[in-house]
Amino acid sequence: MVLSANDKTNVKTAFSKIGGQIDDYGAETLERMFATYPQTKTYFPHFDLGKGSAQVKGHGKKVAAALVEAANHIDDIAGALSKLSDLHAQKLRVDPVNFKLLGQCFLVVVATRNPSVLTPEVHASLDKFLCAVGTVLTAKYR
Amino acid sequence: MVNWTAEEKQLITGLWGKVNVAECGGEALARLLIVYPWTQRFFSNFGNLSSPTAIIGNPKVQAHGKKVLTSFGEAIKNLDSIKKCFAQLSKLHCDKLHVDPENFRLLGDILIIVLAANYGKEFTPACQAAWQKMVRVVAHALAHEYH
Repeated sequence: MVLSANDKTNVKTAFSKIGGQIDDYGAETLERMFATYPQTKTYFPHFDLGKGSAQVKGHGKKVAAALVEAANHIDDIAGALSKLSDLHAQKLRVDPVNFKLLGQCFLVVVATRNPSVLTPEVHASLDKFLCAVGTVLTAKYR
Repeated sequence: MVNWTAEEKQLITGLWGKVNVAECGGEALARLLIVYPWTQRFFSNFGNLSSPTAIIGNPKVQAHGKKVLTSFGEAIKNLDSIKKCFAQLSKLHCDKLHVDPENFRLLGDILIIVLAANYGKEFTPACQAAWQKMVRVVAHALAHEYH
């Protein structure tokens, strides 16, 4: 799966439209993921996962920042997320299926908050982008 | 037997009451074919699927999307017997249509995003959770008679 020039433009444009709200998007993505896919909570036994949790907000911000970083270096996502890829492989070891779940929830957040951004073409590009990010983060697993 | 809480049933039926089945179904199927283009393999007789614009404007896509979502509505009327409700459709998808059940999961995820785009804040995390469960149950029921 390859990101075309159009895909890259679509992703960058989408992120620039989301702008500073990206932190909130990150937090809500996690909130939705925990609600919709309770098994994902198993990776956060040390977190307060209640509504409005500061830890979830903080972690959402981190996840959002990583997505922004990937979008800003979309020609070399593997390079941009190399350290994160190491972290996920060596320490976090989040099962690969979960990246798709996170991706789905991120798209839902974009859809609920900014539906005009999510045209079918942009939806396709973002979905591909999120897949690419997941692939990079699990690339060193074995 | 699927366990639905009263809240889940309310979230599902409540939202469904507002859904324009023709529009929503058409949009969901169009997005499936655009976002996951390999799904076009089942629709070689649908005519022009050469671009997102062509797909969205394709009357066969719109009509079939409506058909699919209307069927979904049957499941919502029969939340406590979805497997039974879809037994024949499951056999059809296996024996005649030869559709990999993974495609039901893909369509379910797309439907969620279409609902999210149409209902915004109303599509709360709890609402999403209930609906993701719904689409998962429907996909499972459609795959149930596969052999």
